[in-house]
Amino acid sequence: MTETLSGQSPAGRFFDPLDFLARYGTVIALALLLVFNLIFTRNFATLQTLNVNLTQVCTIVIVAVGMTMVIGTGGIDLSVGSIMAISGALAPMIFLGTIVPVGNIYLWVAAAILIAVGAATLLGLFNGWLVAYFRIQPIVATLVLFIAGRGIAQVLTNGNLQVFRVPEFQWIGLGRPLGIPVQVIIMMAIVLLAAWCLRRTVFGRSILATGGNERAAELAGIPVNRVKLAVYAISGFCAGIAGLVVVAINSASDANLVGLGMELDAIAAVAVGGTLLSGGKATIIGTLLGALTIQLVRYTLLANGVPDAAALVVKAAIIVLAVWLQQQGRAR
Amino acid sequence: MADGPLLSMIGIEKRFAGIPALAGASLEIRSGEVHALIGQNGAGKSTMIKVLTGYHKRDGGEVLFGGVPFEVNSPHQAQKSGISTIYQEINLVPFRSVTENICLGREARRFGMLDWSAMHAEAERLLEAFGININVRRPLMDFNTATQQMVAIARAIGFSARLVIMDEPTSSLDEGEVAMLFKVIRRLKADGVSVIFVSHKLDELYEVCDRVTIMRDGRTVRTADMDQIDKLELVSAMLGRDLSKVEGHATAFTGATREAGETVFVAQHLAAAQAVQDVSFEVRRGEIVGFAGLLGAGRTETARLVFGMDQARAGTMQVEGGPHVPQRPSDAIAAGMGFVTEDRKHEGIVPELSVAENMSLALLPSISRGGVVSESKQRELAERFIKQLGIKCSGPNQKIRDLSGGNQQKVLLARWLATDPKLLILDEPTRGIDVGAKGEIQRLIRQMADRGLAVLMISSELEEVVEGADRVFVLREGRSVAELDGDGISEERVLGAMAHGHSSETEQVRA
Repeated sequence: MTETLSGQSPAGRFFDPLDFLARYGTVIALALLLVFNLIFTRNFATLQTLNVNLTQVCTIVIVAVGMTMVIGTGGIDLSVGSIMAISGALAPMIFLGTIVPVGNIYLWVAAAILIAVGAATLLGLFNGWLVAYFRIQPIVATLVLFIAGRGIAQVLTNGNLQVFRVPEFQWIGLGRPLGIPVQVIIMMAIVLLAAWCLRRTVFGRSILATGGNERAAELAGIPVNRVKLAVYAISGFCAGIAGLVVVAINSASDANLVGLGMELDAIAAVAVGGTLLSGGKATIIGTLLGALTIQLVRYTLLANGVPDAAALVVKAAIIVLAVWLQQQGRAR
Repeated sequence: MADGPLLSMIGIEKRFAGIPALAGASLEIRSGEVHALIGQNGAGKSTMIKVLTGYHKRDGGEVLFGGVPFEVNSPHQAQKSGISTIYQEINLVPFRSVTENICLGREARRFGMLDWSAMHAEAERLLEAFGININVRRPLMDFNTATQQMVAIARAIGFSARLVIMDEPTSSLDEGEVAMLFKVIRRLKADGVSVIFVSHKLDELYEVCDRVTIMRDGRTVRTADMDQIDKLELVSAMLGRDLSKVEGHATAFTGATREAGETVFVAQHLAAAQAVQDVSFEVRRGEIVGFAGLLGAGRTETARLVFGMDQARAGTMQVEGGPHVPQRPSDAIAAGMGFVTEDRKHEGIVPELSVAENMSLALLPSISRGGVVSESKQRELAERFIKQLGIKCSGPNQKIRDLSGGNQQKVLLARWLATDPKLLILDEPTRGIDVGAKGEIQRLIRQMADRGLAVLMISSELEEVVEGADRVFVLREGRSVAELDGDGISEERVLGAMAHGHSSETEQVRA
């Protein structure tokens, strides 16, 4: 009986404004915001404005890329903020010589980055292990590290603020080859690689098949458990890099603050970008646009004298609108 | 309530989204009788029960209970009015005590407080009537399925039910537990309670039921005393076959155009859980092997074992002479198998992906290089199969969820054909598909077999099995009970084996 309901959708042939908005809403919103700012915000069309906005949005985008993949499989990762804190706490401990006295600074910085990101990836793998092999709901499984992770970061640093001046490391947050911030280069590299991965590779297809219909994917021979393991590891990896970028910018690592609330910012960017929160349909470029939209709204409000607290309410309204549009588009 | 029937449902109609699920069905239950309700999948049994218990609102017809019109809006209300339902999956609260489960909704109170001792005593009294002595203070989940079912029945009696509906109560019980259940049913009957007994196990019906109502396509086709109707008549009525007149060709299947080749797959004495007891069969190159049997005979369950979705407890399988012990579907795929399941929506299509992406899902490793999917190979594959199978879509990039059921099914067929399998398992390949597409799919299946593919086809449509298959294995209550071959395949013989578990002609065919 259900079969007859899944026939050709009659609305498909006609122009449907809601469907159109669901599809291109983010792009349109971004364009409107740009136009608005060009007209009303002073000194908007400057390189400085671009840099301010891009550097502010970088870490969110990096984390949101991993989040997009996780959500693509029908999961969610609440632990990204805490993993950022751990990664941000670990790296300075190494290049400041807290663990092993510093030798060649380049070697120690390289080790710091590798170990911090490696640890973050392993923590992501742990999330994936809980989700895939113990069948724990993703929201509960990643809640474990959401709670414990920040505690681990604080224990690692004894709750101390680690302040440093290590230009060799801080280059990833402050460097500007050819005038482009290094973090923006990192962000774009991750975005492009992930977008290509999701669209063109067997792995990307496996993510969408797993999120779209896990039973069917498994029956078609897709290694569903390994796919889940991988996306959570990638999410951990992205959070690890974002943690390093944040502490490099701040010249300090505070386990209490690094990545605080990041999970929600990342999920918001993914949702506004048009990725289906129930899985099976995901877009990395959409996530980038989503993060930019949220950032630009905040910037626009601040630049025009609206207090930050009010900006939060507007941000919430945008998320609600985006998710509503998405559902309308799907209902057709 | 003198002599009139306890329950009369007359001319019941029910439509879902305009499609009739019940079209004038009737059911009459006498006081103190055990009444079997049987029919194929989709015949309308469960809709009938859900209309009775107020779960669904009926679109037409009349219900009289105890001689007066009966109107309820929820199963809870029905229960209060004397009609209790015991579902296949027991709908009790597993982590609460037996007493709480029995007394939930009619707790004994004293001075505004729950009177636990009175409730425990009541629970014990109710269960003792069935000869069950258990600690009613323990949580329900500590007990086995049969006992939990008894608790559900005790709960029904506690509500002073006059009619108890049991929906496939024996499907998860072993023989001893079934005997216990039957004892309880006879006791209910002795107390004047009526029972509606839904089951697919024919022997059980004859053992415990007084009368039977057979439904088909949303209608009541026959009501009879159990001792006035034999198994063959029962099965024929369910499947809608009138044995006195043989109909013409009803499907698009035509005979095989070539001889079957060497054996591709052999299963011997497979067993797993309750549903599969002892199943043996084999499939050869270029032939369609049909699996016939009633609902619950273990056909799908056997296919799941072959494809590695479940693990066999006993028995052996071989693919082209080598052992086949699949732990997961990917093992079966690696061994050269494909499986189009009966549940297209939940186990087949990935709705958000395109036609091409759905088609290439099982084939990703071979159309990719270094983990990168070759767009051109995927497109080429999709275009080839869209043309070959006549799939109606706007192109390879259309989302599969926008296609009709028949075209979705063709995409899923293509998904497996693309892997060039040795054995293709089709579970209800034409269910829920419109007549035109149905014929096309049947022709395609024949073509595939003629090109050398070994096909295992499960179908509940008798004509599909009889006309389509080159060889038929009949399953009955988890056992393969008959093998029919070539001219030996007839509706009569298949029905006979489904009803009796053997057919005298079968032996001749085998000899």
